[in-house]
Parts: sequence; structure tokens; C-alpha cells
Amino acid sequence: MRLTGWGRTAPTVATCVVDDASDALATAGDRGVIARGKGRAYGDAAQNSGGTVVQLPGGPVGVRLDRERGVARVHAGVSLDEVLRVIVPKGWFVPVTPGTRFVTVGGAVAADIHGKNHHVDGTFGAHVESLALRLADGSLRSIGPNAAPGSDDHDLWVATVGGMGLTGVIEEVTFRLLPIETSRCEVLTERVGGLDRLLERIIATEASRYSVAWIDLLATGTSLGRAVLTTGDHATRDRLAELAPRAMSDPLAFAPPTLPGLPRGLPNLLSRPAVRAFNEVWYRKAPTHAVAAESITGFFHPLDMVGRWNRAYGASGFLQYQFVVPDEATDTLRAVIERVTASGNASFLAVLKRFGAEGDGLLSFPKPGWTLTLDLPAGASGIEELLRRLDELVLGVGGRHYLAKDAVASPSTIAAGYPELERWREIRHRFDPDRRWQSDLGRRLDLIS
Amino acid sequence: MMNALHRPQTIVLLGGRSDIGRAIVAELASPQLRAVVVGQRDGGDAATVRNELGLDDDVEVVVEAFDAADHDGHRAWIARVVEQVGDLDVVVQAFGQLGLEAAGDPSAAAHLIEVNTAGAVSTGLAVGERLAEQGHGVLIVLSSVAGVRTRASNFVYGASKAGQDAFSTGLAAHLGGSGARVITVRPGFVRSAMTEGMEEAPFACDPSDVAAAVADGLRRRRRIVWVPGVLRYVFGLLSLAPEFVWRRLDR
Repeated sequence: MRLTGWGRTAPTVATCVVDDASDALATAGDRGVIARGKGRAYGDAAQNSGGTVVQLPGGPVGVRLDRERGVARVHAGVSLDEVLRVIVPKGWFVPVTPGTRFVTVGGAVAADIHGKNHHVDGTFGAHVESLALRLADGSLRSIGPNAAPGSDDHDLWVATVGGMGLTGVIEEVTFRLLPIETSRCEVLTERVGGLDRLLERIIATEASRYSVAWIDLLATGTSLGRAVLTTGDHATRDRLAELAPRAMSDPLAFAPPTLPGLPRGLPNLLSRPAVRAFNEVWYRKAPTHAVAAESITGFFHPLDMVGRWNRAYGASGFLQYQFVVPDEATDTLRAVIERVTASGNASFLAVLKRFGAEGDGLLSFPKPGWTLTLDLPAGASGIEELLRRLDELVLGVGGRHYLAKDAVASPSTIAAGYPELERWREIRHRFDPDRRWQSDLGRRLDLIS
Repeated sequence: MMNALHRPQTIVLLGGRSDIGRAIVAELASPQLRAVVVGQRDGGDAATVRNELGLDDDVEVVVEAFDAADHDGHRAWIARVVEQVGDLDVVVQAFGQLGLEAAGDPSAAAHLIEVNTAGAVSTGLAVGERLAEQGHGVLIVLSSVAGVRTRASNFVYGASKAGQDAFSTGLAAHLGGSGARVITVRPGFVRSAMTEGMEEAPFACDPSDVAAAVADGLRRRRRIVWVPGVLRYVFGLLSLAPEFVWRRLDR
């Protein structure tokens, strides 16, 4: 089966796709096994060229909600979309959601995903009570954050959270939920004219649970880094009654719309003029400063409304480049934005956020500082040179890149950002000496010793 | 593994003395490159090859004795290479000989076919097998316009290339769906050590032009690359021409 990541690049063919991890282990050859969720990693994390891929089944039946404790026990193949449809009407939300609902719970842990609330709530892994991990020897092991430091269980835990599936197949996850009164969010939207002001405003609004800024990367000169900053939290019933009284007829309603998916065979629609036009409209349409109620989909998952939106980049696909640099490195951030703007590569999606504290996972991406995410068409000229320069800037200040997004890096670029990589490799090897768990990402970045 | 920008981590060059082959390696090299394996008849020194190819110190360079006519040994040769460097991302088949004296010697002519055609078939299948097993990889075959319609001045060579070309396009179809790809490259006259002293044909180009076209074909997922591109149309027309017309032009 031909597989790619969300960027639709670097396709490879897996010889076998099954829906059970034990079956996979029993039948796989020397190219091993990797689990695949919804295929939303941008690069090659959920592909295994010439090998076996496991896709665990999903479905709402895989969600068991403990309404007393506000904890959900969920099969790893279930998506956050399916989880939300079960829990939102009952007054609960997932502790962390990325920009799409279509990631599996297993993937959420394996990539240790973060959301707009990272600076307050940390990564998904921070809310996990325990998980069931299928190991290379076929056994199923329950691990969690409370194991004694230095124990095998603890080592396995810190290697698995953010471990990109290379320590084993996560089969079930038990995690804490966030209580909500309504299914709307109260959102403050501000238009900000430039980068320095943006960084100030992000810091000034840090008390808000959710915060993220969309940056217009085609703006130059004094408008460099002009952005739309959105901050907010779940709306209480009282606030919803004030902001959107009509929603009070069904305050916990959750019925996300999906427009028909984009067709195959599209050329790259996101040319520079198209992106410039889009950016201008998007920036101008944002209020200078206004508070409103927004739906979950509208605030957290706008792109989910267009099915298969990644096809808009055409056949050559696209890359997503995401990094974090320390808080003090605002000059580097400015230099990166200047370089991208100067390169003329049209990035329609550029998002800036401030991260909070680092989590447990040895290969977990977020650490305190500024994280910038941008999309680039893979076929654009000058991309390699641009990324090389950006890598130098990022690594030069002690920054790093996100494995769930990466599709182009060499092993040294990643190793430079993850000081715990050697320890991770040792733990991985300890529990998987025969290399039963392999992925294209693992081979490309030399993660599997 | 090849990354999303079509940069390979490993390259195998079958026919290390080929100027075009070397130009392709140099073109595809990048910070992502970690190993290059060069197969050439008389073996050779890795340090010299590294210099000649202009590769960084952190790229592993392996030189292995390789005989295109040793058909029985090709599978094992590929297996040895995989053992040393892991997955093969790009393999370049560049070992053809020109054999201009072949027309005067039946045995030499047959040997030319053994190297250029049978060698291409045997290595092509051995490489194709491995790439299919890996689920990814690209075989770049240096064919020639000489195989599209043979000229009197080099008809044995042309015949050998015609065989290689037909095989190569067929192999691409055979490997379809396996993740393995084949790119058949049809250059016109290329100014190189092999063609030194010969009269240039129209639309002549340099090895670096071929390399650039190959890199472009890799990115665009082409199965056939003509160099220069206009030859696609030139030979499109010429292959339809009646024999006597072609022979007039071939003078």
C-alpha cells in the first residue's frame, strides 16, 4: 500500500497493512512494523517502506467515559473527533487538541501533541494516567507517569511519550478530561501590526488558556510579522448567554460541519498571488479588537472544515516546518521571519505560539520559548537553501524541530536539538533489540540502532 | 531513505568511470547524503573517488570491483552493497561502452551486447528486486537516443542501447506499484571522455546537463527523460520517417 504523510511527499510502499498489533508482529519480516493513525504527521513517521503497518480500529465504541472522575479510557485507534463527539455533549473536552480533530489517541501520545494551551496545560502526555503498550516481545504492558524513576517502566514511559511509535504499539490510553460548561469558546481576536507588538501582546495575554497568532508572512517592512492574535477559553454558560444567546438552546451541541473534500489532481492552488490575496483578506477581516463566541471547530479546527485540504498544494505536495527557539531568541525569530518573507515562498499558514514548560518525553518537542509553524510548497524553488539557513538559525540558539512535522532533515539536524536522544536510543534498543519497530522516519533519521 | 525534497541518503553508481554517472552523483549530493557506493571494473581507492566526486568527508565512500559482464554475480553484488550501506535510494546504471571497433569484430560486438545489454538486464533485475523489497528507490538507466534509431556509424552500440532501453521501460512497468521506480534517460550526444575526439552530433550537451535533467525528472516523477528535452520531439518525428529518409539524414 502506497503511503505518504499529510504533506503528500516521499511516498513508499508498505507490503502489508493489518489492524492488530500482535498479528503484525507475528507476520512481519525484517523491515518490522509501525502503527499508523490518521496519517496526519506531515512527513514519514507513519510509513514503513517494504514493511508492515498497523492501523488499529477506531469508532465511538472505543471510548469509555468515567463521568465521576472525568477520565476517558480510549482505544488507541479512536480519533479525537470521535472522542469529542462522545464527551462534549456530556460536558467534557480533551485536555489538549492540535489544529485538527483527525488524529488518533495513540498518535496524540506518540507525537506528544500540543495545542493552543501548551503554555498553561502542557502536552497531551501530561494528562495521561496510563497507557497499554504492545512491546516487541508481544507482551502488553501498562505504563504511566508515576513509575519509580530509573525503573524499566519509567524508562519506557519517557521513551514512548513523543517516541513516534518506535517503542511499541500503543493500544489504549487513559487520560484526564477538561470539564466544560458549553461547547463554545470565548475568543478575543486582535489585529496586530508588527512582530514586536505581537510578542508583547502574546505575553500580555498569557493568562488566557488558549493563545495562538496567525502571521502574514508576505508582509514586509514595518508590517513584518503583522498578525491576528486569538486568545480565549471555554465559554461559561453565563458568558455564552451574553455573547450568543441563541446558542443557549443547546449549549453543549457539537456538530462539526465538513464541506466535501477537495478532488484529486489539483494543481498547486497556493501560488504567491493567491496567498497574498488570501492573507490580505484574512488580516483585514479580523477585528482590531473584539470578543466573540466561537464554535469548537471554528476556534480549534478551522481547516478540518475542508476535507482533504492538503490537496490544494497539488501533486508535489508541501512541507510543514515547525521549530521552537528559547524565549530570549526573539532576534532569531525575527531573522527567520525575514528570511522566509524575503525568499518569496508563499506560506499561507504561519502560526506563532509561546510554549510553556517541557514535558517528560525524551523526544517530546515543546520546550519553553517561541514556536513558529509554516507551510511551504514542496516544489517551490530555493526551498532547500531556505531550510538550510533556517536550520542554522534555529540550531544556533539551541532550538529544535518537531518530528511529527519533519520530512527533510538529516540525522544530525535532529540530534542537535534533542540532548536525550542517546538515552532514548538505549531504552528503545533495550525493549526492542531485534528492531521489530521501524518506520521511514526512524530509518531516515537514524533513530533505530 | 529519500527525503521529501528528493534527496537520497545512499547512491550506488554502477560504472564509476562514467562522466555522466559522476555528474549525476554530484548533482544529487546534499547534506542528506550519507553513503556512495561506486562499482567499477578495476576497483579503486575510496579517497581518490571521494575527491573526484567532490564529496564531503562525512559521506561514506565505498568502492567495489564491479563487472557488468559477470551476470551470475550481480545479485550477490547488490546484496553485499545493501549489507554495507542499508537501503539503496538511488542506483545509477552508467557502465555502457561505446565499442566503435565492434563492427569489424563479431566477437567484440557480441561482448559489447553482453556488457551494455545483458549487463543492464542482469543488474536492472537485481536492483529492481532489491528496490521492490525495500518498498522504495529509484533506478536511473543511462540509455541513449542511439537506441531509438540506429546510425550506421555506431550501429552495434545503438543496438545494445535499443535492447537496454526496451528492457528499462519494461522494467519500470513491471515494478509499478512496488514503490521502486525506473527512470530511462535518453541523452543525445554528450561531450565526455567516452566521446572524446568524435564529431559532435546536433543538440550536443554536457554531463552536467544530463545530471540536471535527471534531478528534474526525479522530482517530477518522470519515467523517461530526454536530454536535451527537445530530442523528445526530434526523435518523435524521426522514428516515423521511412528508412530511406533516415539513412539520407544519417550520412
